Amino acid sequence: MEQTGKKAIWQEYQKEIAEDKYYYARSCIRQNFFPGSEHAFLNILRNNLKKDLHDDAKHTTCTGIGYHSDVVPMETTMTVVARNFSLMTEAGYQNYIPSCITSFGLYTEIIETWKHFPETLEKTRDFLFKATKRTFDLPNNLAHTSDIIYKFRHEIAAMAKYKLVDVHTGRPLRIVDHIGCHYSKMFPEKGVGGAEYPYVLAGMVEAWGGETIDYPERRHCCGFGFRQYLVKANRSYSLSASRKKFESMQPYEPDFIITNCPGCPYFMDRWQYVIAETEHKVYGAGGKAIPVLTYEEMAGLVLGYNPWDLGLQMHQVPIEPLLEKMRIAYNPAEKYLGVNGKDLGKPVIPELFKYQDE
Amino acid sequence: MNKRVLIVGAGIAGMEAAAGLSSLNYEVLLFEKDEKPGGHLKNWERLFPTQRLGSEVLEFLEKGIGETVKLISNTNIISAEKSDKNFKVVSDKGDVWYGDALLITTGYDLFEARKKEEYGHGIYDNVFTSAELESLFLNKKELLTHQNKKPARIGFIHCVGSRDKKVGNVYCSKVCCVTAVKQAIEVREKLPECEVYCFYMDLRMYGMHFEELYNEAQEKWGVTFIRGRLSETAENIDKSLQIKVEDTLLGRPLRMTVDMLVLMVGFVPSKSTTMLGKEVGIDFNSNGFLKTMDEHTSTNITGKPGVFVAGTCTSPQTITNTIIDGRSAALTIHEWLSKSGTV
Repeated sequence: MEQTGKKAIWQEYQKEIAEDKYYYARSCIRQNFFPGSEHAFLNILRNNLKKDLHDDAKHTTCTGIGYHSDVVPMETTMTVVARNFSLMTEAGYQNYIPSCITSFGLYTEIIETWKHFPETLEKTRDFLFKATKRTFDLPNNLAHTSDIIYKFRHEIAAMAKYKLVDVHTGRPLRIVDHIGCHYSKMFPEKGVGGAEYPYVLAGMVEAWGGETIDYPERRHCCGFGFRQYLVKANRSYSLSASRKKFESMQPYEPDFIITNCPGCPYFMDRWQYVIAETEHKVYGAGGKAIPVLTYEEMAGLVLGYNPWDLGLQMHQVPIEPLLEKMRIAYNPAEKYLGVNGKDLGKPVIPELFKYQDE
Repeated sequence: MNKRVLIVGAGIAGMEAAAGLSSLNYEVLLFEKDEKPGGHLKNWERLFPTQRLGSEVLEFLEKGIGETVKLISNTNIISAEKSDKNFKVVSDKGDVWYGDALLITTGYDLFEARKKEEYGHGIYDNVFTSAELESLFLNKKELLTHQNKKPARIGFIHCVGSRDKKVGNVYCSKVCCVTAVKQAIEVREKLPECEVYCFYMDLRMYGMHFEELYNEAQEKWGVTFIRGRLSETAENIDKSLQIKVEDTLLGRPLRMTVDMLVLMVGFVPSKSTTMLGKEVGIDFNSNGFLKTMDEHTSTNITGKPGVFVAGTCTSPQTITNTIIDGRSAALTIHEWLSKSGTV
C-alpha cells in the first residue's frame, strides 16, 4: 500500500524540467562545505550527459540567508535576483538552475510574487535599471539542480559503474533521502513528488538500485534553518533537531543519507561528530556513524568518479565503509591529497570516527 | 392519468420523498445507480446518538416505497433536461424516461482522505477512515491493526476535509463530530483496554442527545478529547503511527504513538450531484452543493421550474434532517403540481 499510495501522489506532482542549455547559479556556501559537489555536477552534465551549461563567475548571492534572517528587505532581494536573471539573459540562456535549495525556494517565491502582483515586477525592473542600467527576462524554466540529476537518472543508471547495492550480500543499500525544507514545503507543486513524500531523491535512489527509508522524523528539518544556527546561543536547538532525526532513523540502520540542500549534509555530517564527541554515541549499524552525501556525490560514485575527486575526504563521517559496501576502488593513501597531489594535512579524527588504522 | 415524478437517487431523501409522493397518488420512478436503495445508510452499522441499527431505518424507508414506487436500480442517470412539457432523463445505457417533475436526491460522496497527504491515508496501513472503521463494525470483523494486533491506542481525527481552507472546503460536515464520539464509544465497548483519543477543533454537539453522548463518552467510557489539529502522521518501524498535534488548550506541541488512526472524513457533493446539477442548469453554492431558491423558506425549490432538490445534495445533513427534507420535498412537489397542473 505504501508504494502504491506514494506513486499516486508522485504522479500528481510532476514538473517541467528543461532538457538542455542551463544557466548555472552556484550556492554561496556549498563550495566551502563540500567543494567537490558543484564541480561534480558540472562534470556530470558536461562530460557524461553532454549538456550545454553556463557557469557564470559574475552572478552573486540571491541574498537568501540575509532575507531569511530579516537583514535584507524583499525589494533588495528582488533586485539582486533580477540582476542574476539579467546575467542569464545576457548570456543567451533561459533555463535557470540554482545549486542551492534556499535560492530555488526564493526564486520560486519571487517569480510567483511577480506573477500575482505584476506591479512589483515593474518596480523591480525600475530599481535594477536605475542601479545598473540592466534589463532582464524571466527564466522560461526554473529547476533545482537535483531536479536535473533526477531528470537524467535513467541515463546515469545506463552509464553506471556501481550500483547502490551491498555487493557482499546483494542487498539494496538502505538510504535516508533528506529534502531541503525550501525545496517543496513552500510550493509543493514546484517539487518533484510534492512536499509530503518528495520523490526527487527517492527517484535517483530507486533508479540506481537502492531503497529509501521512510522513518518517523523524515520531514523534520535538519537543524540548518537559519534562525537555528545564525545566533550562536541557538545552536543547541539546531543540534537537537539533527539529533531527533538520527534517533528516529537509527532503528532502520541506514547505510547512508543523501540530501539536496547546502546546509543539510553539512549539519547532519558535523553534528554526528559533535554528538560522538559529547555523548560518545553514533547512529549507524555496527558502531559506525552514518555517511552523509550530496546527490552529486552519490551520482559521482555511481558513475565511477574517484571518491577523493568528489571531495569525500572533506566529510567528517568516514566514507570508507560505504565504499567498501559498494566495492568502489579507492586509494587510501590519496585521501588527503589535493588536486595537484599537494598534502592537505590529516585532520585529528575522533575515536568513534576512526576507520581501520587511521 | 396520474402525474409522474422522476427521482434521481434512492438514498434516504429519495426514498422518503418517493414514499410521500406515492401516498399522494403520484406515479413515482425512483432511479438508483447501485443494485439496492439506501445510499450511504447501507454502510453504517449503528447510528448516533441512540446506537440503533442503521438497518432498522433502512427497513422503515423500504417499507415506505413498498410496491407502489417503481424502483429502477443499476441505472446511472447521466442527463436530464426539460423537453416540451415534460422532463426527460437518460441513463448511461441510453434508456429514456419522461415525467412531470424532477427531484434530485443524488447526495454526497465522502471526502477523499488521500487529499490530506500528510495524514497518510493510502500510504500507511493503519490509517483508516471513519467509513472503513464502520465497515469493520458492520461486517462484524474484529478490530485489529493491519498486522493483526489488537490496538492498544487509537486516535480519531476530526474535521478531515471539513472546515479546511487548504482543501477548499470551508464548511462543517455536521455529522463527523458525533460520529467520532459514537465510534470512540464502540471501540471502548469492543476493546476496553484500548486507549481512545479524539483530536478536535470544536465539538459541534448541536443535535438532540448529542451532548449527552459526548458526556457519556468521557464519563462512562473514558475517551480523551484533545483540542488540536493533526499536523502530520508518520510510520514507526513496527508499523504503529507517530502523530504530531498541537494541544491548543495546553499550548504545547504533542507527539504521540497510536496503533490505529481514524480520519473523520466529511461530505463533498457527489459526482452525480455535480454532473446532474450542471446538466439541468441549477445554480451551485460556493461550496459546490446545489443551491436552493431560499435558504430559509424554499429549501427544496431550485431556480429551474419543476426541478426540486432534497437531502445532502444541498448541504451536509443528519439522517433525521434528510428524512424531514425528503418529506418536505414531496409536499413541495405536490403543491407545485397541484397549482400549475403542467410544467
